[in-house]
Amino acid sequence: MSLWEYANPVRFLALSSRVLPVFWGLAALCLVSGLIWGFFFTPNADKFESTVKIIYLHVPSAMMAINVWVMMLVASLIWLVRRHHVSALAAKAAAPVGVVMTLIALFTGAIWGQPMWGTWWAWDPRLTSFLILFLFYLGYIALWEAIEDPDTAADLTSVLCLVGSVFAVLSRYAVNFWNQGLHQGASLSLDKEENVADVYYFPLLVCIAGFVFLFLALVLYRTGTEIRLRRTRALQAREVRA
Amino acid sequence: MKALLIRDLTLAFRAGGGFGLGLAFFLIVTVLVPFGVGPHSALLSQIAPGILWLGALLACLLSLDRLLALDWEDGTLDLLATSPLPLEAALSVKALAHWLTTGLPLVLAAPVLGILLALPAPGFFWLVVSLALGTPALSVIGTFGAALTVGVKRGGLLMSLLVLPLYVPTLIFGAEAARRGATGMDPATPLLMLAGITAGTIAIMPFASAAALRVNLR
Amino acid sequence: MPDLGKYADAVLSAYGVSSLLLLLLVVFTLRKGRAARAALEAVEKRKNPSG
Repeated sequence: MSLWEYANPVRFLALSSRVLPVFWGLAALCLVSGLIWGFFFTPNADKFESTVKIIYLHVPSAMMAINVWVMMLVASLIWLVRRHHVSALAAKAAAPVGVVMTLIALFTGAIWGQPMWGTWWAWDPRLTSFLILFLFYLGYIALWEAIEDPDTAADLTSVLCLVGSVFAVLSRYAVNFWNQGLHQGASLSLDKEENVADVYYFPLLVCIAGFVFLFLALVLYRTGTEIRLRRTRALQAREVRA
Repeated sequence: MKALLIRDLTLAFRAGGGFGLGLAFFLIVTVLVPFGVGPHSALLSQIAPGILWLGALLACLLSLDRLLALDWEDGTLDLLATSPLPLEAALSVKALAHWLTTGLPLVLAAPVLGILLALPAPGFFWLVVSLALGTPALSVIGTFGAALTVGVKRGGLLMSLLVLPLYVPTLIFGAEAARRGATGMDPATPLLMLAGITAGTIAIMPFASAAALRVNLR
Repeated sequence: MPDLGKYADAVLSAYGVSSLLLLLLVVFTLRKGRAARAALEAVEKRKNPSG
């Protein structure tokens, strides 16, 4: 029994129909309980007052915005090396989720920045690199949409994803060099000293888990959709020929 | 390889080859900027390095869709793919030809346009140096974009969307070097970074471009 | 309802925008999924009307 068995679309669909309800349930549970915990039962912070509650949306979505791209990178590599269709379709299915996560991170950041920094937007390195990440997502999706042959599209988007990853990292360092930041340091890290206080930390962890499960559920579901669409197209093509 | 380079260059210089279009575009953008932001030379001299870099970048971008599209249409690319010359090398040569016909003229024209935008005197040298170091990277990255979208009909807009984010590091370091040069600061650090990016892209991007083109030629 | 103080607008709009975006994503995902499932079933039924 190996992981690669699930590269078979039929097996993948069978597995995903079994685990999907669990993931949807866990996502809903974690998101609802984490957000309610954070919104109703955590104190206001000294400096930020009630805006500290935005952290429960901002940090998880920002994490996911990056992690979704990493997942797409891994899926693209698997497609290029082992040519499992499910992998390519999973990368395709994940991209719009990444876009939404990036948008949420940007929006909540802007809404938080307005009262705290006195501006909706600043050309801070972190903000700028997220905007650039957003552009990369748009280009990736546009390339998928533009090419008709699914295998060609999968190959080209995978190459773009690899090259894009390198340039995204480069851009990150370039903007760091280019402008000094307003942005807070990491709110979560292995270094305990830097972390936010425990009152905020635990509900934040629950929210992050919620975002992760939501992402897993969405990607599995959307991959299934792509597999079905592809099979429909193949069957239709066979009908036309017959 | 030499034959391919000479062929690309003569095609570009011939009527309808598009040589000079990029230059003309660069000129027009530079002329339009004062209309947009006002004629005050204090403001113009402050933004001149950035505007000139941006203009050069856009001029480069505009000439990219001719880079492979014509050869794709008449089947030259298929011939190149089956020739003994590796596709990576062929694409490097094509990028070089693109730089010689687009990037190099832009570098040479930039000081003249700098006068129009009241670029401070110490800025001219560093502007030319930064453009000379940076534009090869623009051509090589652009070749990758062209190889990705060569099979797409009317792919020009799509290519801009794909290529422009890839231009971000080059633009940041290039414009930063030019700006530092113009304001009398030391431009060495961004210039070195820029040179690093150019060297890295020249070394690696032809492989990515060739991979993309092979998929499109399949 | 907790007291949000003078930043109530900011906090509430952040929650509003985010939930709206997430909701839209889920709705569109489910709708596209249903359509794909239905289309596949229709084609497979045509292929072997007995099954």
